[in-house]
Amino acid sequence: MPDRTGGVFVFAEQDGGTIADVSLELLSKGRELADSLGQHLAAILLGHQLDAQPAQLIACGCDVVFVADDPRLAIYTTLPYARVVCDLLEAQKPDVVLFGASASGRDLGPRVASRLRTGLTADCTSLEIGDHTDPVRKTEYKNLLYQIRPAFGGNIIATIVTPNHKPQMATVREGVMRLPEPDPTRTGTVVPVDVALDDEAELVKILERVKAERTVNLKGAKVVVAGGAGVGSSEGFELVRELAHTLGGEVGASRAAVDAGYIARDHQVGQTGTTVRPKLYIAAGISGSVQHRAGMVESSKILAINTDPNAPIFSFAHYGIVGDLFEVIPMMIDTYKHK
Amino acid sequence: MPLKMIVLIKQVPDTKNITAKAMNDDGTVNRSALPSIFNPEDLNALEMALTLRDAHGGHITVVCMGPPNAAEQLREALMRGADDVAFLTDRAYAVADTLATAYAITCAIRKIGDADLVFAGRQAIDGDTAQVGPQVAGALGVPQVTYVAEILDVAPDHIRARRLIDGGYEVVDVRLPALLTVVDEANEPRSRVAKRMMHYKRARTAMEVRDVIAQQLDPEKGKPDPELLAQHCAEPLADLERQGLLIPVWGPADIDADIEQCGKKGSPTQVKNINFVTLVAGEHKNVEPTKDGVDALVHELIEDHTLD
Repeated sequence: MPDRTGGVFVFAEQDGGTIADVSLELLSKGRELADSLGQHLAAILLGHQLDAQPAQLIACGCDVVFVADDPRLAIYTTLPYARVVCDLLEAQKPDVVLFGASASGRDLGPRVASRLRTGLTADCTSLEIGDHTDPVRKTEYKNLLYQIRPAFGGNIIATIVTPNHKPQMATVREGVMRLPEPDPTRTGTVVPVDVALDDEAELVKILERVKAERTVNLKGAKVVVAGGAGVGSSEGFELVRELAHTLGGEVGASRAAVDAGYIARDHQVGQTGTTVRPKLYIAAGISGSVQHRAGMVESSKILAINTDPNAPIFSFAHYGIVGDLFEVIPMMIDTYKHK
Repeated sequence: MPLKMIVLIKQVPDTKNITAKAMNDDGTVNRSALPSIFNPEDLNALEMALTLRDAHGGHITVVCMGPPNAAEQLREALMRGADDVAFLTDRAYAVADTLATAYAITCAIRKIGDADLVFAGRQAIDGDTAQVGPQVAGALGVPQVTYVAEILDVAPDHIRARRLIDGGYEVVDVRLPALLTVVDEANEPRSRVAKRMMHYKRARTAMEVRDVIAQQLDPEKGKPDPELLAQHCAEPLADLERQGLLIPVWGPADIDADIEQCGKKGSPTQVKNINFVTLVAGEHKNVEPTKDGVDALVHELIEDHTLD
């Protein structure tokens, strides 16, 4: 049995028995953080009739999997999940707890942080271990979790720390961290968790639940053609779609385009959208804010098309076309079709 | 049956309209040059409360924590139909992370008392954390329903709502009292009511009244004798109060809040540092926006197997 205090814990979100990609991605980062800290990596798994999932989590790097299996936990609801997770965290006292910034994660994370009266940083694009000196009291802290994320205010990356409260909590969006390579020879411990609830399961009842298959697969796309505010309208996005379709890629969008209603949020790339690493990322009419960059900067090749020669995107694109996307994209489609 | 409702709102910089004028030379945004607006999803939250009041009757109090000039958003809330407002503004609340913000707001909600429903926008467009709603619900000890897109039914002790989940939706029944966070897909916020505009554009906090009168009494420095100032303010303040135009300001003492749990002191998270990402013009290949330029580019991308 590993040391029962400290540790890096990852909330393993599951739906219908399938563990969410974002949770697996957090395990690979969690493993690095645990190794840096010399602590163990644990997963928190809630659900009902769970079977192969703990083994999968161990193969992905966990030393321990805490499993709470109960019919009242079959589908995610806030209060029963928060109660079980908080009780477990109070007993185990981990150093770090990570949640995926999915709809459930963003519902559960803050509720847990509230009960534990600790800090939570949303949408981190990077997590590291490092030291910190309090600027006023000069107190020194070792091995804190650096919760790194772009901040509002232009080209700013902020490093946030939680020096005096435990656990240090953070949420991370899907695709920011890498999926782990499962190693089925890894061993670990499965610890069953008792589920003690008062009226938590009575206060919210799910009457109906409708979930469609994902139609937009940005993460797996080899080519992403993304449109920004410069596309100007939802009709304008037809051209973006056509190029994406021609090149065998997926359609992406900047937050500005989504907020303006040109295209659905499923297509948003960036810190608060999806993180992508395609072979080719074409940014059409996108200025290239730090938040957008965070979601696509690791693309193998970036082509920017923008009428503004001073758009920040040109400073990190591999290819830049200063021009009108409504002229350039048709030319690209034409050339490619006749290649 | 009438509902007692509280709506949480925030004043935010207009992050969707960062023009060149608002940019500093080092690439940061000059926040003070950005217009301050009503957080968009809080408008949707207010609209949801107004719609329920239309159908079932009740009372809506809008609560805002922010700097003194956020009084503007409380005027906006009154113009759009809020019955009354409460303004949490005080140095003690400043530089709060989401936990400390939720703490102060929860104290205010407790002071108001007996709410059936608390509404908040899903998230604010500056922080984007979506944490304050759930953390207020947690501190209050009430059930939360996040990402609410529609209210389907209202009963004396529960409501039925449709909420968004990744890739779909759920229909849930939630026992009251409860806190709901509302998404922009939920509704189209109604415009301000003309008659209310005429009336509530004159709403002021006591500080705003004092500042104006102080400036009149001492145009040079705006710091007249405090007793003189108090004398001159008495009648205007009483007058505003009579007309329901005095925006109540609540400091920590007014809401029984422990100042150690407010503001920076009450914030477990701290910014360790910020780095300016200086984007220097990189080694990018400039491609002409011509047929020839595009041809060469596409062929290069095919040659090196970036494109199939």
